[in-house]
Amino acid sequence: MERSRREFLKIAGASAAIGLGARPVIEAVAAATGHQAAPEAQVAHHPEALKATRWGMVVDTRKIESAEQIEKMVEACHQEHNVPMLEEERHRIKWIWETHFHNAFPSQSTDRVSEHLEHILLPVMCNHCENPPCVRACPTKATFKRESDGIVMMDFHRCIGCRFCMAACPYGSRSFNFRDPQPFIKEVNLKYPRRMKGVVEKCNFCEERLALGQMPACVEASKGAIVFGDLTDPDSEVRHVLRENFTIRRKQNLGTEPCVYYIV
Amino acid sequence: MLELAIKGNKTYWTWIVALLGVIGAGFIFYLWQLQFGLGITGMSRDVSWGFYIANFTYLVGVAAGGVMVVLPYYLHDYKAYGRVTILGEFLAIAALIMCLLFIIVDLGQPMRGFNVLIYPTLNSVLFYDAMVLNGYLLINLIVGWNVLEAERNGVHYQKWLKPIIYLSIPFAVSIHTVTAFLYCGLPGRGFWLTAILAPRFLSSAFAAGPALLVLLCLFIRNTTKFDPGKEQIQSLGKTVAYAICINVFFFLCEVFVAFYSNIPEHMDHIKYLFVGLHGHGAMVPWMWSSMALMVIGIILTVNPVTRRNETTLAVACAVIIAGTWIDKALGMIAGGFVPNPLHEVNEYAPTFPEIVITIGVYAIGALVLTVLYKMAVGVKEEVEQG
Amino acid sequence: MNDKGKIVTGLVIFAAVVTFPFWYNLGKAAPPPEVVLTEKAKAAGECVLPKEEIRAEHMQLLDVWRDTQVRDGQTVYINAKGKAYTMSLSNTCLDCHSNYKDFCDRCHVYASVDPYCFDCHIDNPKEGE
Repeated sequence: MERSRREFLKIAGASAAIGLGARPVIEAVAAATGHQAAPEAQVAHHPEALKATRWGMVVDTRKIESAEQIEKMVEACHQEHNVPMLEEERHRIKWIWETHFHNAFPSQSTDRVSEHLEHILLPVMCNHCENPPCVRACPTKATFKRESDGIVMMDFHRCIGCRFCMAACPYGSRSFNFRDPQPFIKEVNLKYPRRMKGVVEKCNFCEERLALGQMPACVEASKGAIVFGDLTDPDSEVRHVLRENFTIRRKQNLGTEPCVYYIV
Repeated sequence: MLELAIKGNKTYWTWIVALLGVIGAGFIFYLWQLQFGLGITGMSRDVSWGFYIANFTYLVGVAAGGVMVVLPYYLHDYKAYGRVTILGEFLAIAALIMCLLFIIVDLGQPMRGFNVLIYPTLNSVLFYDAMVLNGYLLINLIVGWNVLEAERNGVHYQKWLKPIIYLSIPFAVSIHTVTAFLYCGLPGRGFWLTAILAPRFLSSAFAAGPALLVLLCLFIRNTTKFDPGKEQIQSLGKTVAYAICINVFFFLCEVFVAFYSNIPEHMDHIKYLFVGLHGHGAMVPWMWSSMALMVIGIILTVNPVTRRNETTLAVACAVIIAGTWIDKALGMIAGGFVPNPLHEVNEYAPTFPEIVITIGVYAIGALVLTVLYKMAVGVKEEVEQG
Repeated sequence: MNDKGKIVTGLVIFAAVVTFPFWYNLGKAAPPPEVVLTEKAKAAGECVLPKEEIRAEHMQLLDVWRDTQVRDGQTVYINAKGKAYTMSLSNTCLDCHSNYKDFCDRCHVYASVDPYCFDCHIDNPKEGE
């Protein structure tokens, strides 16, 4: 693996020359090899990529009026990511879905919740935890927390399908491909890969869209009910919303430190 | 020594052929699973581990249980067990092979299994589990084989084996501890999130493993010229008695903590298992049967009269094996995953193909055990006649 | 030892079976495949790497792309000539080489390899086969 990496990414010292903010990835390694025949190449971020140190999300449940509103978000996400619609309930793949307050927040729910909360559904998805138990559990690093921006990612190529991460996730945010999902994808989005049977998948905070400078699909479809941004940037919109409102997070007591907040 | 396993009478070969038939059936269903995916099992988004991992957990216990004959013999110089240590070690080998097979049949992408070694991940308990299970398998193969060979040749086993034998004792404890850590280190699964899980697993293992050994010893006495010995069987019976009592005691500790503290996340799983939750109670009859079986086991093994009678002891061992299997295999998985993290109840039941594959794995284990025991008994017969 | 005859016969049979593919296919070498370039590929004139290199090493390149893209979140590859490409099998490679059957498959079938990349990365070319 490392050998081929060296061959393809012989990094030259002058990285800014391209003007794309390219930066050397493995200068040290490149310098250590005497192999001269291989081409020198570089990798870089897309010039318009959205960047953050810690992506986070605030769901404003006050702005959620109907189930259709959430369905639109679910549809946008599942369409974007080629999430199949399987016939059998127990095999369903869900990246984002709607649920009752007492399901999303089983220990915070009471018999006497507000009328609004009692009637609406909330969107739930992967919380992209600061301390993700799924990442701790994964035996192959197929699921990992990206150091650059905190997104908890899946490498579908590496997943062996042991489902330890599903047992570890305290939010039920992970789905397993119990069968080949491809026949169940209504409209294929060729810009995003599909999955094969036997691997786990989940919400990726639309990292593929962020890399191109777009906001997550559910945020765009939410009509302002979801705010997305950098949690470490005090001037970001999420931080502003968090300052102005009282928010809760799912299963806060487990120490996972979710990056999805809810205004209730 | 392997040649001893290819000399047998008609019954022996019929048994082997029957096992091969069952293995074949399991394999055919496994090919179907490979082709279709794990969707042919009863597992779901919510109950994402099922029968395979349940039986895996149970068999780790059986493997660890073998140490209950190794430890007294090598550490306390309890000479009587000299006749049966090999049976404990070989049982562990068969159980471990089944464990590894259960892990493999449970993988969604078994072809990528070696990713665990290609990308070793030190923060994953599964990595350590793979290490200790394979390590314990290797130790038992080395020790069992060499000690038996030495016995056959009428010499003392090699000196270098001694440290490996000692190492096998903490290894036995570690395989089940690490397997418990797979479960009890996960936040948000109230049923598993208990420091007593590893001790519970061990106590149940030290009951189930020796109970199976008792039955195997009785079987060997009745079908071969080798008698593992009355004293040996009685000693094993006492081990079973202590372990099953401790196992039930530990379970009652769990019940007390969950219900006296009155914390829903811990109570709900036990409620689901024993009285049902939100109108779902598929596990209720199973769990009460398990409790009843374990209590009968306690009565029969603790009472000296029924323990000394080998017939009632055999019954006791059988009910203990069944009771602990329901408790630790079925109950541990179903109880842990139901209700799910969103507090919904989605029940699990294994499907027919899943059960056939499971039985196929057990048949492989039985085949390995048959061959190994045939060898061991053959050597013992030779030595005693010779 | 009077099993000599049996052993030799066994060895001969073994050698014959093992070498079967070689003599069975003797003189029947399949002609090397010719790949078809799409108009778009022709127009581009050059690939990410020089022709010889990409032909021999595209799998290693894709492997590096995959890891860099998925695990480091970097999406742009700048080759030795300074030209930038999006690191994407679906959106870069297969955008130009959209003729899976006459391009990818030609060599893959010839070399008897069956990469599973395409199961997920283009519109399921294997369906209907």
